[in-house]
Amino acid sequence: MNAHLEARGVACGRGRRTVVAGVDLRLARGSRLAVVGPNGAGKSTLLRALAGLDRPHAGEVRLDGIPLGELGARARARALAIVSQHETPPADLLVQELVGLGRLPHRSPWATDDGQEWTERALARLDLTSFATRSVDQLSGGELRRVLVARALAQEADLLMLDEPTNHLDLRHQHELLATIRGLGVTVVAAIHDLDLAQRYFDQVALVHGGRLAAVGTPEEVLSTELVGAAFGVRSVRVRHPESGRTHLLVEPWPGEETG
Amino acid sequence: MVDPAPRRAPLVPLLLIAVIALVVSLPAATMFGPASVSFSDVVEVWRGRLAGDAVTTPVERIVWNIRAPRVVLAAIVGAGLAVAGTVVQTLVRNPLADPYLLGVSAGASVGATAVITLGVLAAAGTWALSVGAMLGAVIAATLVFGVALAQGGLTPLRLVLTGTVMAAAFSAVASYLVFRSSEPQMAQGVLFWLLGSLARASWEQVALPLMVLLASLTLLWFLRGWLDGLLSGADVATALGVPVVRLRVLLFVLQAVLVGVMVAIAGGIGFVGLIVPHMARLLVGPLHARMLPVGALFGALFLVWVDVAARVLAPPQDVPLSVVTGIVGAPVFLVLLGRRRYRFGGES
Repeated sequence: MNAHLEARGVACGRGRRTVVAGVDLRLARGSRLAVVGPNGAGKSTLLRALAGLDRPHAGEVRLDGIPLGELGARARARALAIVSQHETPPADLLVQELVGLGRLPHRSPWATDDGQEWTERALARLDLTSFATRSVDQLSGGELRRVLVARALAQEADLLMLDEPTNHLDLRHQHELLATIRGLGVTVVAAIHDLDLAQRYFDQVALVHGGRLAAVGTPEEVLSTELVGAAFGVRSVRVRHPESGRTHLLVEPWPGEETG
Repeated sequence: MVDPAPRRAPLVPLLLIAVIALVVSLPAATMFGPASVSFSDVVEVWRGRLAGDAVTTPVERIVWNIRAPRVVLAAIVGAGLAVAGTVVQTLVRNPLADPYLLGVSAGASVGATAVITLGVLAAAGTWALSVGAMLGAVIAATLVFGVALAQGGLTPLRLVLTGTVMAAAFSAVASYLVFRSSEPQMAQGVLFWLLGSLARASWEQVALPLMVLLASLTLLWFLRGWLDGLLSGADVATALGVPVVRLRVLLFVLQAVLVGVMVAIAGGIGFVGLIVPHMARLLVGPLHARMLPVGALFGALFLVWVDVAARVLAPPQDVPLSVVTGIVGAPVFLVLLGRRRYRFGGES
């Protein structure tokens, strides 16, 4: 069976400089992959290549077995939605209008039907119905993230790519957003900084370090003391939460670099 | 607590009012000029002419042969500049963009100046000025397009930089042509053309700009969703399935044709293409399906009455249109900028 998303020997970068190379990945339908790594390791770059925003320098990305380059722009947008890290929507756009843009790849220029019911369903699934007629520049960072995820849902894509979705969100909203995304049942690839969130909400982790995928596997395998230490230069331990019994990742600087 | 939902004008009633206002304005505007004509006479002339009667009396000649084409062209050029302004603002995602940003009109001014000061294209007769302006526009658009493409593509930043630099160069050439011409009347003729005027309007000039305007609006109507996507940025548009590179090329060509034709007819009328799209967005929001028709109608109405003002402010002389649009436009734009929450494509 074809993997939902597959990367074969992908090398990618910004401009001509290759940042990450030799990436092999297979992602089953419905699984959630966290892409982690230090600043500048190339998480966003890899995500852009996987999403088809940039052409890989080498190798190929396949979606349900079809090379991404062979899919037309519209077909790709129906299959794959992206929530980028920095997006400033046009001012005075209403939330329902922004989410409605997700219908673009489905809409023919002649159609008068604008897929309103899909927009409404997407708003409802992210609990945004009461925000529908708000202006997007009145939203908080967390609300805007949810609106952008709702637009991705309106695209009817079953592969969702998110670049740092929890950036600028407070602790509660980080958990809320990731729990919501987990509940959507779609395949997810997200670049994320917080390793503890990565192991909690994702079933696979890919560690980008040293210009390659240093490790891919379950959170337990990849977020080991050795791998995290080598990539981030910190000492991590897994600790059981005294109340929930859940395993968490605690991090200390190396002894010589103690600051606190 | 600010009201979270922005106030929007209801689209259909607004369009209806604008259409009715335009239909009334076209004949009404022919009342005004050095010789004033009563509204009932004007209505009589328009009704007679639209029914196919011949033009016989002096009043009919003033209203139908001199003023009517001028009013109709004002409506077409006003709408055309508003649409071109919208296209350029969406293409470069910049609120200060206007139809003249990408150098097309500066190129046209070189062509027009060459016709006035050097007497080139004399064979084209009364069309010489328009043909010269059009040639200048085509050459300028091709140059800006080529340079921007060679230096990294039609990205907003590349287009703004290339357009601004090239426009400055073309204007310098036009100024040089004026400087080396010996006759002061020529300098005044050039200035008058640069500031925009419909004083030379005739019925023969109506067909081309009207066709260009209607074709552009039709094309943009089909592209409306893609334009909305592009407004959110190239990455977002790409992710939504918009063919960004091809769309940018198409929009560049479209604005070049629109601006080239409108400027060839009426000279460089300022402010209309800058303000009217903003006004339309303020009223009905930034989605192109709503703001494009509103902007086109408002641009038409605005320029019809600006041209009336140009005729009546200092009779028997015509005031250049940019003088009027500037005097009306500057305060309007300041009010826009001061509005609490209007932000377009940026943080400021």
